[in-house]
Amino acid sequence: MTVAKIRIEGVSKSYTADILALGRIDLELGANSFTCLLGPSGCGKSTLLNMIAGFVEPTHGRVLVDGIEVVGASADRGVVFQEYALFPWRTALDNVAFGPMIRRLPRAEQRERAERYLTLVGLAEHGTKFPSELSGGMKQRVAIARALANGPSVLLMDEPFGALDAQTRETMQEELLRIWQEDRKTVVFVTHSISEAIFLGDRIIVMATRPGAVKQVIEVGLAHPRERSAPDFVALERQIKQLVREEVEKLGIV
Amino acid sequence: MSAVSTGEVKTSPGDARKRRGSAERPVNRVAVMVRRAGSIVIFFALWYAASLANAHLLRLFNPVLLPPPDDVLKAGIAMAKSGELARHILASLSRVVQGFLIAALAGVLIGTLVGRSRVLEDLVEPTVELLRPIPPLAFLPMMVLWFGIGEASKVGFIAYAAFFPIFTTTLEGIKYVDPLLIRAAASLGASERDIFRYVVVPAALPNIITGLRIGFGLSFFVIVAAEFIAADSGLGFLINDARTFFLVSNMLLGAAVIGAIGFAFNIVLRRLEARLLRWRKDARR
Repeated sequence: MTVAKIRIEGVSKSYTADILALGRIDLELGANSFTCLLGPSGCGKSTLLNMIAGFVEPTHGRVLVDGIEVVGASADRGVVFQEYALFPWRTALDNVAFGPMIRRLPRAEQRERAERYLTLVGLAEHGTKFPSELSGGMKQRVAIARALANGPSVLLMDEPFGALDAQTRETMQEELLRIWQEDRKTVVFVTHSISEAIFLGDRIIVMATRPGAVKQVIEVGLAHPRERSAPDFVALERQIKQLVREEVEKLGIV
Repeated sequence: MSAVSTGEVKTSPGDARKRRGSAERPVNRVAVMVRRAGSIVIFFALWYAASLANAHLLRLFNPVLLPPPDDVLKAGIAMAKSGELARHILASLSRVVQGFLIAALAGVLIGTLVGRSRVLEDLVEPTVELLRPIPPLAFLPMMVLWFGIGEASKVGFIAYAAFFPIFTTTLEGIKYVDPLLIRAAASLGASERDIFRYVVVPAALPNIITGLRIGFGLSFFVIVAAEFIAADSGLGFLINDARTFFLVSNMLLGAAVIGAIGFAFNIVLRRLEARLLRWRKDARR
């Protein structure tokens, strides 16, 4: 790997003095890569993502993006949340235009950008609707457009499709890949779905629990588009399922 | 770049919240209007019937004590003609508006400041919580002592009474903004100031509007009492003055006018609320 886009150096996190939420983690994520953080709840995958986003400070170690230490959130790292986190008082279009508006771009350009990204996610017709008038999948499309409209180089996604029904979820995965192949951001994608991780990721970081740590890094060598029923896919799925099961068993509760 | 159709069925989360039984049937707007108007018609009919029945058939009490609605209307027309009614209405309204504006300004401003600072909250909130349960009326005699029997005591009294709901709801609104929305804004490059302006304020707006509506209602509630005690004009004065002369129709007229004004203002405020908060699925339309 050449120069890392995101470097995680000896990062750990404890919320209380004696409990370690996330053990020491060292990782390098290449530019334009698609990395999935996979593991059961409580493995600290969201904490790790929040540290890259700048929402949470590591107790030890540091996170570097483009060689610069992360301090607080930044427009260069777009975030997509499981709960969408759309501004309910802004229309779909105005949600997407939020970043450009914050950057004080001229009004016409804000609108042009918002329309372009809303079209990219297939919602050109729904710009005037409020989030309360959109389905879950549509809301997440708006949220993705909003993150992209700011032109970030990193896209951080925290179980973005976790709240969607299975059908919508698969559609959204395909959409995300299409968008990513057109405009290769460095993506970090948190999920607890093994098949989602294999379908999307270049690399899968399988996380261990208690304390959260990197259990194994798996390079997914499969070519896109990936077929969920292909033998390679299924074999990889079985292998990862075993890894994850060991971690779930450590938790003692299922 | 290609656009794709989403192929998803839109389900509205509001549907589940509708009253049971009416989930399938569309609301018939005309029927609703008729029923709501009927409510008022029936009220007046009952009043009229009770008054007439007592005066001509039952004679349970002195008919003077409950004049029929048309007597009240006649009294109103007479007063309107002499210009007296308008004078009282304007006197009360001007006090309510002044007192309410002071309360709104102070409530929203202090509520916002306190909601933004943990230290300020610890310093201010306990005192407010101590004063809040005391009925404002308990302070009315004091207000008269402090500010005299002029306008200041009444405006001050209204401002005091209306301040609490506005302050409390504003504080809650500012304090409990979804932290996820703040994170989302920060990850889109928003500064602290941007977050306040574009996230905290709009997120708190429904609360603030509710507080203002309650505060305005309360202003009307307390003005009458204030005008009982120390006033030579206003609808409260009208009622109390009519009592000394045993003009029951005028007493009821005073009450009816307050009712009509409150009713009208509530409609206006709800319209305004629905417009400002049209993004809310459950906003009343």
